[in-house]
Amino acid sequence: MSNIILEIDNVQKSFGGLKALSDLNLKIEEGKVHAIIGPNGAGKSTMLNVCIGQLAPDSGTVTFNGENMIGKAPHEINQAGISRVFQTPEIFPDLSLLQNVMIPAFAKHEGAFKMNIFRSLSNEHNIQDEACQILEDIGLIGQLHSIAGSLSRGDKRRLELAMCLVQHPKLLLLDEPTAGMARHDTNKTIDLLMKIKEGGMTKIIIEHDMHVVFSVADHISVLAQGTIIASGTPDEIRGNPKVQEAYLGGAHL
Amino acid sequence: MDAIFLQILNGLDKGGAYALIALGLTLVFGTLGVVNFAHGALFMLGAFCSVSFYKLLTISKQVKDESITFFDAFKEQPYLEIWFGDYGTAIIDYAVPLSILFAIPVMLLIGLIMERGLIRHFYKRTHAEQILVTFGLAIVLQELIKSFFGANPIPMPPPDIVSGSAPIGALLGLSESVVYPWWRLIYLLFSGIIIASVFAFLNMTTYGMVVRAGMMDRETVGLLGIDVERRFTVVFGLAAVVTGLAGVMYAPILPPDYHMGMDFLVLSFVVVVVGGMGSLGGAVAAGFLLGILQSFASMNEIKAIFPGIDQIIIYLVAVVILLVRPRGLLGREGVMED
Amino acid sequence: MKAPTIKNDIFVMLIFSAVILSMPVWLEPLGASYPDLLQKFAIFGIFAVGYNILFGLTGYLSFGHAAFLGVGSYTAVWSFKLLTMNIFPAIIFSVLLSGLFALLIGFITLRRSGIYFSILTLAFAQMFYNLAYSVLTPITNGETGLQLARTDPRVIDRLFSEAGEGLPSTDFFGLAMSGYSGFYVCAVILIFAFFISQRIFHSPFGVKLRAIKSNQTRMKYTGYSTRPYLLTAFVISGMYAGLAGGLMAATDPLAGAERMQWTASGEVVLMTILGGVGTLIGPLLGVGIIKYFENIFSALNEQGLHQAYAFMPDWLANIMVPMTSPFVGEGWHLTLGSLFVLIVVFLPGGIMEGINMFKKLFSKKTSEPDFKPIKKKTTPETVK
Repeated sequence: MSNIILEIDNVQKSFGGLKALSDLNLKIEEGKVHAIIGPNGAGKSTMLNVCIGQLAPDSGTVTFNGENMIGKAPHEINQAGISRVFQTPEIFPDLSLLQNVMIPAFAKHEGAFKMNIFRSLSNEHNIQDEACQILEDIGLIGQLHSIAGSLSRGDKRRLELAMCLVQHPKLLLLDEPTAGMARHDTNKTIDLLMKIKEGGMTKIIIEHDMHVVFSVADHISVLAQGTIIASGTPDEIRGNPKVQEAYLGGAHL
Repeated sequence: MDAIFLQILNGLDKGGAYALIALGLTLVFGTLGVVNFAHGALFMLGAFCSVSFYKLLTISKQVKDESITFFDAFKEQPYLEIWFGDYGTAIIDYAVPLSILFAIPVMLLIGLIMERGLIRHFYKRTHAEQILVTFGLAIVLQELIKSFFGANPIPMPPPDIVSGSAPIGALLGLSESVVYPWWRLIYLLFSGIIIASVFAFLNMTTYGMVVRAGMMDRETVGLLGIDVERRFTVVFGLAAVVTGLAGVMYAPILPPDYHMGMDFLVLSFVVVVVGGMGSLGGAVAAGFLLGILQSFASMNEIKAIFPGIDQIIIYLVAVVILLVRPRGLLGREGVMED
Repeated sequence: MKAPTIKNDIFVMLIFSAVILSMPVWLEPLGASYPDLLQKFAIFGIFAVGYNILFGLTGYLSFGHAAFLGVGSYTAVWSFKLLTMNIFPAIIFSVLLSGLFALLIGFITLRRSGIYFSILTLAFAQMFYNLAYSVLTPITNGETGLQLARTDPRVIDRLFSEAGEGLPSTDFFGLAMSGYSGFYVCAVILIFAFFISQRIFHSPFGVKLRAIKSNQTRMKYTGYSTRPYLLTAFVISGMYAGLAGGLMAATDPLAGAERMQWTASGEVVLMTILGGVGTLIGPLLGVGIIKYFENIFSALNEQGLHQAYAFMPDWLANIMVPMTSPFVGEGWHLTLGSLFVLIVVFLPGGIMEGINMFKKLFSKKTSEPDFKPIKKKTTPETVK
């Protein structure tokens, strides 16, 4: 059994009277791609929001690399090694693609705050090379100097992925990376996810597209009504009747 | 005891003005989502409605002054007096309250023109741009007024019959020395009536219900197939009238000058922030509260302990409120928070 | 959006310095080359360049910067009164003290963003203004404004010389602050201020500020603590304002509270917007244009208008004079306000946006294929 990198322990969160997460327990193994599936409103995004410090849980703990993450500011959690791709692309629409990727790279190298007002951006060759490399991997190198806001939706998502990858996070959270993408783009994204899978980065991926889930995941957990109802390898999940009932509505995959 | 009572009274009329202005501001803010820095200018325009109305009534003609007999002297006599005699004089005496009738259509028109001509194009722009464009508009309006009416404050007399003070103390069984100008009492009453009618309009008419629904959730109301645009225009017009009327009746309390709008603008934003962005009740409550607070801060006993407190109390309260409770006293969560 | 290289920056700096220092020459034909106006250009230039670091880069709209300008002015006049008429310590103190105030106010106001931030700065500006008129009269001399007096101690000056008969005048190590020498001192400081602003714009720090403007949420989830960045920008721009205030007092040793009113902050916002928010040179263009036309317009009266319209047929001139006279002389602010509205409505990017649009139009016609292959960096081809 390899190392547990993220442990969500008994997390509860409710909005008003609505319980979004109840007794959520989840262990993520280092180096694995862990998919979370579940019906709409099961609490998948809430879970990610708790992990990155966007939401404070009512109770429970989130331990990352042996450190409690609850109560930490979002930037501290990122600096600890968790990056997230959001469901709607969160990029810097007014900046160039290169700058969009350089900024997270700076965060990785310089920390949460550095007052380097007299250094010249054009002299940051290392950071620039790093950013260009990632943009090339992701296939956006041709638009290095275009404004990010002018990209197509699919490209924006890929750019956001690049922004997370450049940080070489220990844990990458992907919130529906292929939602709203055309088939062709989805396949490109799967290829990309497969490619970065080889890098040994731990990933949590939330996805509705079962094709994506079963082609990239090492491990799948099923979330329903704010709690994990099943967890296992893709084959185990595929054969699990409880899952089929709760989530797949009895239909066979 | 008497002193405290007097301070509360003193704060109430100012509070009434704050409440009315903030009410208009919140209406615009809540329904249209526009940060209107020209709102103070509407108050100022209202005050100048009464000035212009007074000037209209007193358009005069040179006539021979009969009281001077040993040489030909001339005096200015308003046409109204020439035509209607004592009735004319009475009408002029009641210029300020009568100018309400004049101000309502004028302010409505100004509001409609502002909304149609400028504000409308800024619904989708950033708050910073809204602030900038309305700030520019406020400068234009105040400079126009300055070029027409000059830079000096213009005293506006209240009607003779209410120019004295009400013996409030004697009426309520307190000390005889507690007196309060009639006009301020009238202003207080007036602001109460306006506030009540705005709330009645919003709560009892279907039109008002749509407006309130719009404050809660603009998009949904738009989806219901209601002509939101036209209602926005009407709301802006209503806000302009409410704010303008606050200015009309305030003229005898504070002689109008061209920059009174800017002075009241900051105050009214502070009131809105303290009351809670987008909360009409909050705006009214905070208006009166801050008026009274300011009145207490200007007591000599308080000033002796905290020198200068009367000058900054309102802003200080706003800063504290914004820091510890950003949604204000009665505001809903998530309004205008980015 | 290519990042400018250092060579490029140095080139721009050289041109810029040449343009600024030769202003007395090339403004001559425009009738704007007299020292008073030139000093104003330079001083407001510093103010606007600094304001742009906050508003242009981070998008935080502050109405409180006139307060820092006022702090700078008062500090400088006190330095003239107590220490010496040399402006060097005066502007150092101005910058430091206004920086300190900016740190304090920024620390509080930057806890909120958007319109709340603007209102908080408004509230502080108003408090400063009101206090300067009331309780702080011993420091600010209230409505009269803080002035020099013959009896001021001027400790450092007294070490070297006896008090003279009349009021002493300010200098920079012997260089008089009035007339052209005063302008050159201000101009050199402006060039230095512009240089720092250029460095900030092209530094990683500057790009991070832009990123905060673009998407602050993303910044936080990208591992940045955004508030220290904002606070730094706020303090830097506050120090620029203080520097401008100090120089204002240096060229005319008088400090009044009206400089601190929040509407005075509005003027610097207008200059910045008119030229182009977030561009390096835009704010300076804005300052130049506004101060130049203010100078012309506010001096005009009806007679002047008649002369200006002399080229028109009489009947047209007779219509134009009453039409335009509210906009000149005392009515200059009306022009300013109208300009403000027009710019925000039609050209939110300011003059620089206009120039860029023009450039694009032009370049499209001349060079259709705009595709340039990007040079590959020296990185290995393989992925991980």
